Amino acid sequence: MESEVQNKAPRTHYINARYGLKSWLFTIDHKRIALLYLASITFFFFLGGLFAVLIRLELLTPKGDLVQAETYNRFFTMHGVVMVFFFLIPAIPATLGNFLIPLMIGARDLAFPRLNLLSWYIYVVGAVFTLIAIVGGGVDTGWTFYTPYSTTYSNGNVLLTGIGIFITGFSSILTGLNFIVTIHTMRAPGLSWFRLPLFVWSHYATSLIMVLGTPVIAITILLLAFERIAHVGIFDPKLGGDPVLFQHLFWFYSHPAVYIMVLPAMGVISELVANMTRKNIFGYKFVALASIAIAIFGFLVWGHHMFVSTQSVYAGMIFSILSYAVAIPSAVKTFNWTATLYKGSISYNTPMLYAFGFIGFFIIGGMTGLFLAALGLDIHVHDTYFVVAHFHYIMVGGTIMGYLGGLHYWWPKISGRMYPEGWARFAALVIFVGFNLTFFPQFLLGYQGMPRRYYAYPDEFQVLNVMSSAGASILGVGYLIPMVYLFWSMRYGPKAGSNPWGAFGLEWRTSSPPPTENFKVTPVVTWEAYEFSPVEETEVIDISTP
Amino acid sequence: MAAHIVGKKTYFGIFGALMVLTAVTVWVANFDLGRWNAVAALTIAVVKGTLVVLYFMHVRYSSRLTWVFVSSGLIWLIVLIALTLGDYMTRGWVKIAQ
Ligand SMILES: [Cu+2]
Repeated sequence: MESEVQNKAPRTHYINARYGLKSWLFTIDHKRIALLYLASITFFFFLGGLFAVLIRLELLTPKGDLVQAETYNRFFTMHGVVMVFFFLIPAIPATLGNFLIPLMIGARDLAFPRLNLLSWYIYVVGAVFTLIAIVGGGVDTGWTFYTPYSTTYSNGNVLLTGIGIFITGFSSILTGLNFIVTIHTMRAPGLSWFRLPLFVWSHYATSLIMVLGTPVIAITILLLAFERIAHVGIFDPKLGGDPVLFQHLFWFYSHPAVYIMVLPAMGVISELVANMTRKNIFGYKFVALASIAIAIFGFLVWGHHMFVSTQSVYAGMIFSILSYAVAIPSAVKTFNWTATLYKGSISYNTPMLYAFGFIGFFIIGGMTGLFLAALGLDIHVHDTYFVVAHFHYIMVGGTIMGYLGGLHYWWPKISGRMYPEGWARFAALVIFVGFNLTFFPQFLLGYQGMPRRYYAYPDEFQVLNVMSSAGASILGVGYLIPMVYLFWSMRYGPKAGSNPWGAFGLEWRTSSPPPTENFKVTPVVTWEAYEFSPVEETEVIDISTP
Repeated sequence: MAAHIVGKKTYFGIFGALMVLTAVTVWVANFDLGRWNAVAALTIAVVKGTLVVLYFMHVRYSSRLTWVFVSSGLIWLIVLIALTLGDYMTRGWVKIAQ
């Protein structure tokens, strides 16, 4: 073919446009910043994973024999803090979102490229504070920092970790702000709101939560610091404060934070399901608006974390009903994805395997969420492994499946190379098995009454705990395999064309990897979202020849 | 969108108003109004905040989309306060036998 001859001479794209460390650290190219984030969050993923390994090792036996109780408290706290604030929240928006939103809307970059770079630096500064706190002895409060323990009694590095999270929050706010402005103002001509890819819709909803919710966690951390340093009575009853007020403020952000993690993954799944079945998403508008509905409703349910606190039972009832209501837009998405499969020409490649995994895990995670939203049942399973299993099904089974599915799907676009499909399917399978073996037994443990955050447990819980630890080791291997072959493929993978999947969307109409300016000509959109036609090949706007 | 030029006079006027309101806050603090203490202080604070948002932050001269975002921030704050108070105000409704 003609293009193959042309491909022999190196083409200039965003990766080889400039060389050297400085060209990366001072870049304002959204694609390069996405890769900076990708490297940082991968580091934190494996750091958080290390703490998970230590937790599962301790829980292999009923006795607390590997470490002391205080050390164990630090393990699960650092696991939570690192995974939530430094991996899961930035995972998809800061990497895939950063890389893809300008490409998907036909823009050359985000609205504020320098602000984008700044948000990465802010993330790094916050991360350094937290790392210092970890190296200097860690924190033992749990990632939730509940008062009065965190303000009065804990002797860990509460403040240092708090400052780290406080700073990192601003990176999240700036990313959200950047996305909102970009989506409002920089869409290509013809790309109206209801022609946007669902990935963009879900990132818009995510950005709203980032901008409206994150300031509240920042304020909460400030108040906590205020009380710890200056002994002003805000949360401590002895000083006239109320510890439950902390829980209100904390969960006002931290429940929606779950949607910061899972909404972008839902956006990925929508892209995967549409493109791997070659159909428009069933009820596109409903799925798009369901993202916004989840973002809004997500802010009205935080009290479901406080049913067994001193929160009034009447507030509990309201929060319970509202929590059930969030299930509606979530179910809309799940039903519409499955309805899209109907009569679609489905490709069972790696990204689609992750999409299937996501849908299954999300259903289990979501349905068990309804158990926890029930006032009566929650008293039985509150603070047990049932809760731990539930939110890992959402965060690990949801977010990480979406993240890995997306990473594979857009890998040819990001790196210009294909990953090895056989290995990738194998890894997806290992992750699926490992994940279920790790977390499903935890539902049973919790239902039988094993509390979370204990380093020892009665003998009768051992079989299920051993299963969980065994699953975790399989899961760990499953995560290492993609790490290896993705690195390998950057050099040795077969070259990918501009659209290896025959997928729909502007990002596939520029070359792989894209040039620094994304498109040589601003694209004009004359088609609807996911308007697959059986015959017509997608036209490539930019095959930039040397 | 063309930038709206705001005269120095407006800025100084708003600055003066903010100073006067600060003085009023201090002055009101001399009287014990009982449960109205908080109401008085908060009312003045809200007026001051509104002036800053409208003039110093140029929202008064901004597009309707900006208004949508500013008011959604406000609505979110109201949600935070209302649902939290929904807990505190109804805690006493259930009488626990001693
Ligand atoms: Cu929640």
